[in-house]
Amino acid sequence: MEQLEEHSWRAAARAAFPVTIPVLTGYLCLGMAYGLLMQAKGYGPLWSVLMSALVYGGSIQYVAITFLTTAFDPVQAFVLALMVNARHMFYGLSMLEKYRGTGMARPFLVCTLTDETYSLLATLEPPSGVSRQRFYTAVSLWDYLYWVIGTALGGFLGMLVTFDTTGMDFALTALFVVLFLEQWKVPENRPAAVIGLACTALSLTLFGATNLVIPAMAMILTVLLGQRRRLLCA
Amino acid sequence: MRLSALQALCIIALVAAGTQLTRWVPFWLFPEHRQPPPVVTYLGRVLPPAMMGLLVVYCLKGVSWSAASHGVPELSSILLVAALHRWKGNVLLSIAGGTGLYMLLVQLVFA
Repeated sequence: MEQLEEHSWRAAARAAFPVTIPVLTGYLCLGMAYGLLMQAKGYGPLWSVLMSALVYGGSIQYVAITFLTTAFDPVQAFVLALMVNARHMFYGLSMLEKYRGTGMARPFLVCTLTDETYSLLATLEPPSGVSRQRFYTAVSLWDYLYWVIGTALGGFLGMLVTFDTTGMDFALTALFVVLFLEQWKVPENRPAAVIGLACTALSLTLFGATNLVIPAMAMILTVLLGQRRRLLCA
Repeated sequence: MRLSALQALCIIALVAAGTQLTRWVPFWLFPEHRQPPPVVTYLGRVLPPAMMGLLVVYCLKGVSWSAASHGVPELSSILLVAALHRWKGNVLLSIAGGTGLYMLLVQLVFA
C-alpha cells in the first residue's frame, strides 16, 4: 500500500512535469531577474528567496522592491499587495469546484494559485490514471519550485549567466496565448473569452498600463453577470 | 536606501499577508461543505476563458504601439504561436517557437 502511494505520487509528478515546462522557462527567467535586482538593491539571496517563498507573486514582488528601498511604509505595502493581486479572487472563484475534495493538499493549492498555475489547472484535465488532487498538487509544486529556485539562482550566481536572455520571459505570454486558444476550442467558452479580451483592452486604453487590472475585472464581472441568461443558453 | 532587517521583515510579512489574503478569500466565503449559490458556480464556469483574455492583454500592456518596434515583435510572435498551435496542437512547440522568434526579433532585429 505504502509503495503504491509513493508510486502514484511519482506518476503524478511525471505527468505534471511536461505541462509545466513553459512555466519553468518563464519562472526561472523572471525569478532570476528578481534575485539579481534584489541583489543590486542590497538584498542578498536570503531576502529574495524569503520573499519568493512567502509571497510567490511575480508582479507584486517587483513592486515591493520599492517598499524595501524607500521610507518604511508597511500599510501601503499591504494595501498595494491586495490591489495588485485582486485578480486572485476570480481565480479562487473558478477553482472552488475543481479544488473540492482535495483534502490535505487544499491549503497548499490555495496558497500557490498564481496566474500561471491557475491558467494550467483551469484549462487542463488530469491525464487518466492520475487523481485530480495529485495532479493539481504536482503542477502547483513544480511551478512553486521553479520560482523559488529561479530566485535563488539569480541571487547566488546571476552574474555568471553569459548568454542574452532578453525576451525569454515571452514564454509566459506565449503560454497564456496557448491556454486562451485551448479555452477557445470549446465553443461555449468563446463569448466569455471575447468579453475578457475586449474589457481588458478597453480598460488599458481608458486607464493606462499601470491601473488596468481592477477596472478590467469590474467590467468583466459586470458584463458576465449582465449576459448571464444569454451565456447560459449558449 | 536599505531598510533595517526588522523593517524589511515587516514589509515582506505584510506583502505576503496581502497576497495570500487575495488567494484565500473565495475559499473562506464559500467553504467546501456548502454548495455555492448558482451565480458563483456560473462565474466559476465563465471566468477562466475571460481571465485568459485578460492575461493575454495584460502581458501586452507595456507594448508601445505608436513608437519604435510598434508591437511588431509581440504580434508576429503571437501569430506564430497561434499558427503552430493550429498546425500541431503541441503546447511546448507553440510556446518554444513563439518565444524563440520573439528573442530573435528583440535581440537582433529591433535591438
